[in-house]
Amino acid sequence: MTAAASSRPAQASAARQATGLLTYLLVGLYFGTVLVKSEAASWYRIQEMFRFQDIHMFGLIGSAVLTGLVTTTLLRRFGRTRDGEAVHVTDKEPGWKRYVLGGGTFGVGWGLAGVCPGPVFALLGSGVWGMLVVLAFALLGTYLYGVLRDKLPH
Amino acid sequence: MNDLLHLLQSPWPWWVGGPLIGLTVPLLLWLGNKSFGISSNLRHGCAILLPEQAKPSFFRYDWRKEKWNLMFAAGLVLGGLLAGGVFANPEPSALSEGGLRAVQSLGVELRPGLVPAELQDLSRPGVWLILALSGLLVGFGTRYGGGCTSGHAITGLSTLQKPSLIATAAFFAGGILSANLLLPLLMRFV
Repeated sequence: MTAAASSRPAQASAARQATGLLTYLLVGLYFGTVLVKSEAASWYRIQEMFRFQDIHMFGLIGSAVLTGLVTTTLLRRFGRTRDGEAVHVTDKEPGWKRYVLGGGTFGVGWGLAGVCPGPVFALLGSGVWGMLVVLAFALLGTYLYGVLRDKLPH
Repeated sequence: MNDLLHLLQSPWPWWVGGPLIGLTVPLLLWLGNKSFGISSNLRHGCAILLPEQAKPSFFRYDWRKEKWNLMFAAGLVLGGLLAGGVFANPEPSALSEGGLRAVQSLGVELRPGLVPAELQDLSRPGVWLILALSGLLVGFGTRYGGGCTSGHAITGLSTLQKPSLIATAAFFAGGILSANLLLPLLMRFV
């Protein structure tokens, strides 16, 4: 086998990897646009939701889950990935403590600045520089979890 | 031309935005069996930034395999620039009457934009307190709970996972508590 022939698959996979990463950048751009235009990234809408004053956010999350449920079920049952692989969804670890305690902690933070992780990035792009403070402290919080993990109930 | 610009600047109703959010789950699975979840990027960020000697074991893994998610997060920033910068809605959010009263009771004025000016004024120590505390709890809580709104509420519920139902209920319990009790208290310092 010549050197050129053996390097061809390697080149193809490198090219696929590069275009693959670009694809995910575009999916992110799509999702960031939706977060802003649907106002899921709006502090006002989050406050309105947590006070049960409008259907907007509940309709948004509800229709997102319903759409995700139907389309993902169809894909898993009848479809494959674009590379022809079987669709694989990782199961979350069983249990409840970490979901109640960790989920509750995240919820308190979500209600305060009115942002979950997705909107933090989208708002940064729209020039809300205070999100840099949120992001820096979110990294610190993640680090603290990494340090304390073995001492926490899961 | 003006009509087109107006269309691009307008916000979308929930029944347009919601299904488009939901479609992200099968789209990422179809593209490469990727599980949609944004807060994992905070873990990858720590794995990249921390020096090797000081790394807790939780951050010792090959983050390069998760580059796709970091690209996704970079795309979110671009999406925010496009939809919230270039084509920003010139009108304030069309809140309900009750929603408007709620934000006014927090001492905030409803103006165009996604975050009130009062909470963007970094010369106020109270704003730092709210942003820093919020970030700390979001970072700690998402990793402890194993995901955020995208990983649990959207992906987890879409794939009928019980842990995600528990997590989503806890998200809302925490959020209702902090938005109604803790935030009004902290807004006094802003």
